[in-house]
Amino acid sequence: MHFVFEKMDVVIIKYNAGNVVSVSNALNRLGIEPVLSDDPERIRKADRVIFPGVGEASTAMNYLKQRKLDLLMPALTQPFLGICLGLQLMCRYSEENQTPCMGIFDADVKRFPATDKVPHMGWNKIQCTDSPLLKHIDEDGYVYFVHSYYAEVCDQTIATSDYIVPFSAGLHKNNFYAIQGHPEKSGNTGRQLLQNFLNLS
Amino acid sequence: MLTKRIIPCLDVMEGRTVKGVNFINLRDAGDAVELGSLYAEKGADELVFLDITATVEKRKTLIELVRRVAKEVNIPFTVGGGISSVEDVSALLNAGADKISINSSAVRNPGLVNTLALEFGSQCIVVAIDTRFDGEKNIVHTHGGRTPTEIITENWALEVQERGAGEILLTSMDHDGTKAGFACELTASISASLQIPVIASGGAGTMEHFTDVFTHGKADAALAASIFHFREIEIPDLKKYLHGQGIVMRLEKSFA
Repeated sequence: MHFVFEKMDVVIIKYNAGNVVSVSNALNRLGIEPVLSDDPERIRKADRVIFPGVGEASTAMNYLKQRKLDLLMPALTQPFLGICLGLQLMCRYSEENQTPCMGIFDADVKRFPATDKVPHMGWNKIQCTDSPLLKHIDEDGYVYFVHSYYAEVCDQTIATSDYIVPFSAGLHKNNFYAIQGHPEKSGNTGRQLLQNFLNLS
Repeated sequence: MLTKRIIPCLDVMEGRTVKGVNFINLRDAGDAVELGSLYAEKGADELVFLDITATVEKRKTLIELVRRVAKEVNIPFTVGGGISSVEDVSALLNAGADKISINSSAVRNPGLVNTLALEFGSQCIVVAIDTRFDGEKNIVHTHGGRTPTEIITENWALEVQERGAGEILLTSMDHDGTKAGFACELTASISASLQIPVIASGGAGTMEHFTDVFTHGKADAALAASIFHFREIEIPDLKKYLHGQGIVMRLEKSFA
């Protein structure tokens, strides 16, 4: 076990769609004790911010709006990682209950066409660009996905995957990163992704 | 492409694995956490922990076990066995389980599937179906496959999908323990009729059986217990073999 990250202050955004147990456990395995918070001051001073999410887009956005977290997050400057629904809420708009989202990324979120089983659930390969988030993720890199909606491929796409249609498996703009799959559940590849995120300068 | 999944199933009782396991490199073969981690390292795509603890009193040990598994294991895992309420599911998911599976309790109270799917999302609700062929029809059985119902298996699979199940774990009691192959025909007909993934279970004996269940059986995932526990088939060998058969598998260099 490596404890190189033990002094790092990592905050996980606390809201109504976070499945934080697994993310928290994965960070623990890297020597980090993350803090769960929805307090703007606490979030602003973190070294790293993680925005996980499992659930439905409009309910999650409403919750974030009530607490003005939808305005806080896009204004953050430290390395920020959205996971799964987190990624989708960082896009412009989601077809899931016609939900305007935070608009950090210039992509819309659409529902997979029902020409195959939906949700896209299981392990799928990701095709990576040379983003620092994707260092040492080789061509054997598989990520665990569970989702019915996907972000379209756009200029900020750093990784793609293919299920029914090609979609954004990873996005990056400035300090904002996002992954559609679940690094916290993706074995050694997922561990590497989280490590890369913590290593960002 | 989405890979087909290989899922070892671990039976646990009072927090420890049962059924003899044959891993000499384990300090404690009864330690479900250690065995689960080992399977994850070998390339298992998911794990299923099936609690067969007899008494309600001692079932509290399950939550503690789930908490320990979630801390160590970095792949998804499902927990099943005796789950019958929102409270049960909530406790297991909060302890770190990714999915839960219900079986007899869904047959007894089909509305439970709706309730759980609404409360927690379909993606974490697996409905396990134990089925047996009565000479004419495939019939759903409960209580570990001992008690027949009047329900036709194919109809039940459709009904639970409709009610919000996210996945079906289909165990053929006719094939379970025989090592003569999975119930490919039934698995194929159910898988083709559904929009949700089907995990095939019961009958795994050889690597060819896995090829069959993924091709002819149209299964999305295959589950087995004893052939993995007794190391009759090693997961890395199985995945390489299936990959060679043209089946999409998650293969990483570290699997060994």
